Amino acid sequence: MTTPSQTVGPYLAIGLPWEDGPTVVPQGTPGAVWIRGTVFDGVGEPVPDALIETWQADPAGRFDHPDDPRGRVEGFRGFGRCPTDPDGNYAILTLLPGVVPGNDGKDQAPHIDVSVFARGMLNRTVTRIYFPENTAANAADGVLASVPEDRRGTLVATKTDDGYRFDVRLQGTNETVFFDV
Amino acid sequence: MAAPASDRLILPRYRKDPAGTHPPLDSPGYRSTGLRHPKQPLVLLPQQLTEVTGPVLGPGRIGELDNDLTRQHEGEPLGQRIIVHGRLLDGDGRPIPDSLVEIWQANAAGRYRHTGDNWPGPLDPNFTGVGRTVTDSEGRYEFVTIKPGAYPWRNHDNAWRPAHIHFSVFGTAFTQRLITQMYFPGDPLFYQDPIYNSVPDEKARQRMISRYDHSRTTDHWALGFEFDIVVRGREASVFEEDE
Ligand SMILES: [Fe+3]
Repeated sequence: MTTPSQTVGPYLAIGLPWEDGPTVVPQGTPGAVWIRGTVFDGVGEPVPDALIETWQADPAGRFDHPDDPRGRVEGFRGFGRCPTDPDGNYAILTLLPGVVPGNDGKDQAPHIDVSVFARGMLNRTVTRIYFPENTAANAADGVLASVPEDRRGTLVATKTDDGYRFDVRLQGTNETVFFDV
Repeated sequence: MAAPASDRLILPRYRKDPAGTHPPLDSPGYRSTGLRHPKQPLVLLPQQLTEVTGPVLGPGRIGELDNDLTRQHEGEPLGQRIIVHGRLLDGDGRPIPDSLVEIWQANAAGRYRHTGDNWPGPLDPNFTGVGRTVTDSEGRYEFVTIKPGAYPWRNHDNAWRPAHIHFSVFGTAFTQRLITQMYFPGDPLFYQDPIYNSVPDEKARQRMISRYDHSRTTDHWALGFEFDIVVRGREASVFEEDE
């Protein structure tokens, strides 16, 4: 029987951050982009004691994982981890994921799975980052289609000078879509 | 048009946990949940490739002394030396080998080495309170540390957290990611702690309490505690049904 989840509490920053956590790929990697954002609470205040974790396919849509039935492709960690700073900001340096096949035989639009942990959260919340330039793929994506249209935009990052912006709103106006996995 | 069946992927699936296993994100007794829980309903995300895979984080992430929190400084930390050991399992009792386990905790006085913790409990120059290890081929892990003290917080009048160690595990899939807290048997502070009591199911709550383990208690050295961590179990592999 599963062990229950508990909050990371206010002091996660002593235990969870890694020096190379925010860099899924080393700085200077060709094609790498920064995904930056802020975590906000229900009254729009930034959350300084949160942790963002990301999990994604490589640019070819493959995973460094034994359960990928197409075979494991080693070399791309695919995992990012960044605590929020005193202003609620996080940043992850990574390569854009490729198209990943879906269970229905159709392709999924490129996406990154995100876990959000924080003081005041007794379990993680899960969301997904999609990318704005993939207009057609996003329009055809089954997961995006399952989200009410007026909330879909919370899952799509916006383009910036060095990558993308993806804010997380835990509650309130423009609350981010969170998933039950 | 559906793709031909030969193109379909055969993926593991992870069972949902029974209701009451995990705390509701909206748990008013723990006041900080008030502005930090989603109010919109969660959207069902079918488990697909991204969800049934996850980071493979093994031995490369740990150093030699990372699983002994009593040997990370010049001197020994103050407090009751303990051995915390157990297994990382999935919901069917299968051990999860070669998997990262991370812990962090307060010192014997209940104080964290964190700039935000400034209640008048003493810091210990010989204790950082951070440990990492990787499970062995049978899913076993072990830490040597000191028993953390209880600590006060401002959630309610005269609020104290029961002694606990924060645990972070990954399992093998994104769906299995888990951060929890390990408690100690017989703690008198459980009754007034809204974080411990946020877990609705009493049996589930008790799975967060370690077991005193005299067989691992070492004479003139340390007390033993056993704590197994269980992440979600797998369903048998199935072919996706044809449309
Ligand atoms: Fe704590």
